[in-house]
Amino acid sequence: MDAQAVKTLVAIFLAAILTENYVLNKFLGICPFLGVSKKLDTAFGMSCAVTVVMVIATAVTWPLYTYLLVPQGLGYLQTIVFILVIAALVQLLETVLRKYMPPLYSALGIYLPLITTNCAVLGVTMLVLEKGAADPSFGYVQSLVNAFGSGIGFLVAMILFAGVRERLEDCDIPETFQGLPITLVAASLVAVSFLGFNGLVDRLM
Amino acid sequence: MEEKRGLWGEFTKGIIKENPVLRLILGCCATLAVTTAASNAIGMGAATTFVLVCSNAAISLLRNVIPNKVRIPAFITIIAGFVTVVQLFIKAFSPALDTALGVFLPLIVVNCIILGRAEMFASKNKVLPSIIDGLGMGVGFTAAMLAMGIVRELLGAGTVFGLPVLSGFMEPIIIFLLPPGGFFVFGMLIALAGKLSKEGRAPEATGCANCPLAASCSKINEKEGKGAAE
Repeated sequence: MDAQAVKTLVAIFLAAILTENYVLNKFLGICPFLGVSKKLDTAFGMSCAVTVVMVIATAVTWPLYTYLLVPQGLGYLQTIVFILVIAALVQLLETVLRKYMPPLYSALGIYLPLITTNCAVLGVTMLVLEKGAADPSFGYVQSLVNAFGSGIGFLVAMILFAGVRERLEDCDIPETFQGLPITLVAASLVAVSFLGFNGLVDRLM
Repeated sequence: MEEKRGLWGEFTKGIIKENPVLRLILGCCATLAVTTAASNAIGMGAATTFVLVCSNAAISLLRNVIPNKVRIPAFITIIAGFVTVVQLFIKAFSPALDTALGVFLPLIVVNCIILGRAEMFASKNKVLPSIIDGLGMGVGFTAAMLAMGIVRELLGAGTVFGLPVLSGFMEPIIIFLLPPGGFFVFGMLIALAGKLSKEGRAPEATGCANCPLAASCSKINEKEGKGAAE
């Protein structure tokens, strides 16, 4: 692997975290972002589980789509196949973790069932294929790096936002805005800060 | 006569009292992502309503056949089937809408409104009320998205449905079309809906009680509670 290839992978990784952040730029995975970001440690656990599932799901669905569905002319079955593969994977991961890695299971296990219907996971498996269709050099390795970066981007957004929300607890908020509205306005401000990264990765390339 | 009123009630509850977006806070991803223009909001709303009505009908018909243990995977498969139908239909007849909605079209599959209604309503009720429930929820979803789409398009581009409204009156505020504007307008609309509701306030958190996975979520909340106590 030459230097240029490594540089491209680093750029893909950084882009997935900063400029194409799943939560703050693409609006994927908003439910856990709003629901599980109240405390720092649950936000961290949830994001780790999402990252793991994102990478594994992409590792399985990419070859499945490229080498099985497309040659057979079954590309239109993408949605059904992917959601079932993700559901099965999550179930498998849960069983394996419970049997062989109980400490990890007690840390991540409770988040796993929630991830089946997390649109960020289904989203990443489809978006990497879309990118691959637009740019033939975006292959399997690039897709995996993108999936991992997206997971880390999710983690960064969750942790930043958990910090913001802990501060919000002590604030005197008008009654109408208590609860979700102020959370969303805070999310809007965090998203503004992420707009600042626009164009950063284009320069790296 | 009484049954008719009951059906009308099933229909209207989804639009006002239990509006899926503004009161139950379900399906936030799609709501935030595709509301940069009012026409996209209508397209997404119509696609979701179709899937919601069909999946509610199918699940209600099959409610005595599907074993309880595998019901969630079964529901997801049924929903994914209808989503594929909508996807192919929109690709064929409105490629522009397909491009505008992008990945959010297949992501209707994981829209928690649909799985939520399947679990909370269709799996327990007869076919006709389930269809009406799906229709009401779909219309409520579309109306909320349309409201957001109009606000964001008006402020962000100065147009409504592509027609120039604010030209010459004020410069468009582009940030309303960008992600931060989406979060901001959504927060404002939830606050407004909360103020106008009977409770007089916005919901505390997302619509977990209406989500089929609430059982596993409550474990997280327990953990949060324990963490706070420590």
